[in-house]
Amino acid sequence: MIEDLARPATGDDHVGGVPARLVAEPATTEEAAAVVAAARDLTVVVRGGGTKLHWGPAPRSLDLIIDTRRLSGMVEHAAGDLITVLRAGTPLDGLELGEQQLALDHPPGATVGGTVATGASGPRRLHYGTARDLLIGITVVRPDGTITRAGGKVVKNVAGYDLGKLYTGSYGTLGLITECVFRLHPRPAAHAYVRSTAPARAVPAILAARVAPAAIEVDAGTGELAVLIEGTPEGVRERAALVEKLLAGEIAEQPPGWWGLPPWEADGIGMKLSVPLSQVPALVDTGANVRGSAGTGVLYAAARDITEVERLRALCVRGGGHAVVLTAPAPVRDILDMWGPVPGLALMRRVKDQFDPEHRFAPGRFVGGI
Amino acid sequence: MADIDALARRLRSELGPEQVITDRQELRTYECDGLAHYKVVPAVVALPHTAAQVAAVVRACVAAGVPFVARGSGTGLSGGALPHAEGVLIVTAQMRRILEVAAQDERAVVEPGVINLHVTKAATPHGYYYAPDPSSQQICSIGGNVAENSGGAHCLKYGFTTNHVTGLQIVAPDGELVRLGGKAPDPPGYDLMGAFVGSEGTLGIATEVTVKLTRLPESVRTLLAAFGSIDQAGAATSAIIGAGVVPAAIEMMDALAIEAAEAAVACGYPPGAAAVLIVELDGPAAEVEAQFEQVTGLCEANGAFEIRIAADELERALFWKGRKSAFAAVGRISPDYIVQDGVIPRTALPEVLRRISEMAESHGVRVANVFHAGDGNLHPLVLFDDGVEGEAERAETVSGAIIDLCIEYGGSITGEHGVGMDKAKYMPRMFGPDDLDTMQLVRCAFDPSHLSNPGKIFPTPRLCGEKAGSDLRERFPGVEVF
Ligand SMILES: Cc1cc2nc3c(=O)[nH]c(=O)nc-3n(C[C@H](O)[C@H](O)[C@H](O)COP(=O)(O)OP(=O)(O)OC[C@H]3O[C@@H](n4cnc5c(N)ncnc54)[C@H](O)[C@@H]3O)c2cc1C
Ligand SMILES: Cc1cc2nc3c(=O)[nH]c(=O)nc-3n(C[C@H](O)[C@H](O)[C@H](O)COP(=O)(O)OP(=O)(O)OC[C@H]3O[C@@H](n4cnc5c(N)ncnc54)[C@H](O)[C@@H]3O)c2cc1C
Repeated sequence: MIEDLARPATGDDHVGGVPARLVAEPATTEEAAAVVAAARDLTVVVRGGGTKLHWGPAPRSLDLIIDTRRLSGMVEHAAGDLITVLRAGTPLDGLELGEQQLALDHPPGATVGGTVATGASGPRRLHYGTARDLLIGITVVRPDGTITRAGGKVVKNVAGYDLGKLYTGSYGTLGLITECVFRLHPRPAAHAYVRSTAPARAVPAILAARVAPAAIEVDAGTGELAVLIEGTPEGVRERAALVEKLLAGEIAEQPPGWWGLPPWEADGIGMKLSVPLSQVPALVDTGANVRGSAGTGVLYAAARDITEVERLRALCVRGGGHAVVLTAPAPVRDILDMWGPVPGLALMRRVKDQFDPEHRFAPGRFVGGI
Repeated sequence: MADIDALARRLRSELGPEQVITDRQELRTYECDGLAHYKVVPAVVALPHTAAQVAAVVRACVAAGVPFVARGSGTGLSGGALPHAEGVLIVTAQMRRILEVAAQDERAVVEPGVINLHVTKAATPHGYYYAPDPSSQQICSIGGNVAENSGGAHCLKYGFTTNHVTGLQIVAPDGELVRLGGKAPDPPGYDLMGAFVGSEGTLGIATEVTVKLTRLPESVRTLLAAFGSIDQAGAATSAIIGAGVVPAAIEMMDALAIEAAEAAVACGYPPGAAAVLIVELDGPAAEVEAQFEQVTGLCEANGAFEIRIAADELERALFWKGRKSAFAAVGRISPDYIVQDGVIPRTALPEVLRRISEMAESHGVRVANVFHAGDGNLHPLVLFDDGVEGEAERAETVSGAIIDLCIEYGGSITGEHGVGMDKAKYMPRMFGPDDLDTMQLVRCAFDPSHLSNPGKIFPTPRLCGEKAGSDLRERFPGVEVF
């Protein structure tokens, strides 16, 4: 009985304004599987830190929230093998990994599961890649309650389909992520930021200088271009000096205040724009409030209104890219196409139908109404 | 049984007569891939020139209910491109155009038959290269790399094919052309491209691939360190990683592998070495110099009796020549051999290598070890003489036991060669029935009638199509096992 495994929802237990009836807080993968198995007639949304639960379309229907915060903690840190196993509800803040790091930029309060489920990324994706690149193994409770694993605990592994990629960025529509295995990186011995007011058009020159930056971030609001260099103390000194000269910038210990933060206000319209690298300057020059990774072509925008959403989207799509609305006030959200054009949607629907034939997990929250 | 003659006629009219092969003698050219002891002659071979032609072939197969198998260069080592006796083999050898080198976007767009190394050659004038570098890079195709999620010596630092593909055009198993991703990162929706890479031809056929280009590093430094024991070389590897260095590559060879390489290519490694390490660092000169000194020190501290530092590109190539020729080289010291591919956690290296050598001794076969030490990817070469009664079986036993060891230590049954048909039987040892079932949910979404490379990866197909049957001869009618 699901009532034995869940508590009644309170006022805070809603997703995008849709109230839930029940909340379950499993502490282990097995408990989570029992909850899901008992909830076979219910619609479900998974909640991690809840930091961005209101982002994206509201669910069509919601009976049960499965909260992962008790499903927390580090299962393993094999330092010699540079891997760690983390439960999904583990906060990414303050992971104890000694001289090593999980190189995922994340907002405060975010959990492992939430960050993987949204495929979120930050400035250092230029050097380290994103969750999809760092995740090497995963445990998921399928919507039918089955516990299933993919990948493993070694970085190099091509046995079977790479389902970790499929779950990454699936916004909880394919099941409940309970455990993730990540590859780790050594913590760099030194780092430096170079802050400048060089235009985004300077990025190719930085890349051509072969200084291997960890991040190149642009911010249209302040007109700044900033570069993060990581490595050995001697190496960082030399490389940062080179970039400083190239951009007529200034070396700093700390990043600019806007570094890694979304450019929009809490109640604003927030977009994620991704374009081929050479299109970044054009996006920055639109006069829109954009900010993000000028070295990879992933930017975030605070759109003033729907007209600006459409203008930015048209520009991205024409250039071979994408523009997704991550968050928007309810009235705007209700009339906006949050995702924009999605090639391959028919195949995506078939995947959803296989994993969740009754469309109970996060119904309506994903592309094409999945 | 489907009417193969009618299908061949349809393909001839849709493609062109010279693009369809049904002559038995010509078909034999395609009977096996790099794993030559499995052979199946396909019913038909099709050589499409365009994505539209691939789609036409697939649609014709679907209409006739005939299975199809993609083939790139046929260098695969797990029988992935082993044909189906009653099926069509779709060969991408005529699809070798590099469509675009967009250096300003750090991307190249290529047809699936393009040879891996040719991408790098096209990108080099722009200051870029294509990072994944399987040892077979002079002959293997990008389509095959995508299907196998191929790696190479340098994936320790740079990752595998999956980390370097940003877009695919595929012909899905129902014959539809579908675009997944492109030059821009992070397309919205499920990462179907991520699921496709490494799917070994079971989710459709890649007809166009957009890859990331990587900046040529400012500096590359390579050293060769010789050790008196495997344990020392293993300890040096751990020390380098433990010191927070991420080398571009750390490769190890043991005495037997060195012996073979010397016999084949006279690479002139230090005599008397029980193991050599090749360590390569690349990146900004300022970083590489500091770390290279550190690595040299760590090799010395862990007992290296000789360290050579490549003075120029020529010497660097010579270090690598021994390593890259190792598979073929063992042919010089043994009439027959099995190339195994498994992964263990790097820290278990010394222990696992000891157990492999004990196993080899107790079964009376020799095992040469060449491997990607940095990421624990073993390539034991099990040597035998098929002319000696019982040796092949003993070699097969040892080779299988090595895979069991990899599983026992929490590793993987394959690090880069794929499951194909050769290792399908091991899948249930690495994954539970529910895990395999979940993978096949994806299969069912893409290919409900199981016509795309059936019988590979999964020992038992899921309910959504193909009839169950785990016997090799049943799954591959007409298969000859040598
Ligand atoms: C600069 C910047 C960029 C960002 N980019 C993005 C972006 O591109 N896309 C984006 O959505 N967010 C993005 N974020 C927001 C944020 O990083 C993530 O949403 C956050 O990591 C979510 O963590 P959480 O634990 O609070 O999850 P929650 O807010 O609780 O949940 C977020 C989503 O993940 C699902 N989820 C949570 N846990 C699990 C689980 N265990 N199993 C299955 N599903 C689960 C939820 O159902 C929900 O859909 C960005 C943030 C910043 C600062
Ligand atoms: C000497 C030697 C050294 C090697 N070294 C390495 C190494 O270092 N690292 C490594 O990873 N591998 C290595 N390999 C294995 C092999 O080269 C790789 O697996 C390679 O990617 C196969 O490419 P191919 O074009 O030969 O593919 P094939 O052998 O023709 O096919 C391989 C698989 O890919 C599928 N396929 C082919 N083209 C397509 C397509 N367009 N769409 C969908 N599926 C397709 C086939 O159906 C089959 O399942 C080595 C092989 C040899 C012989």
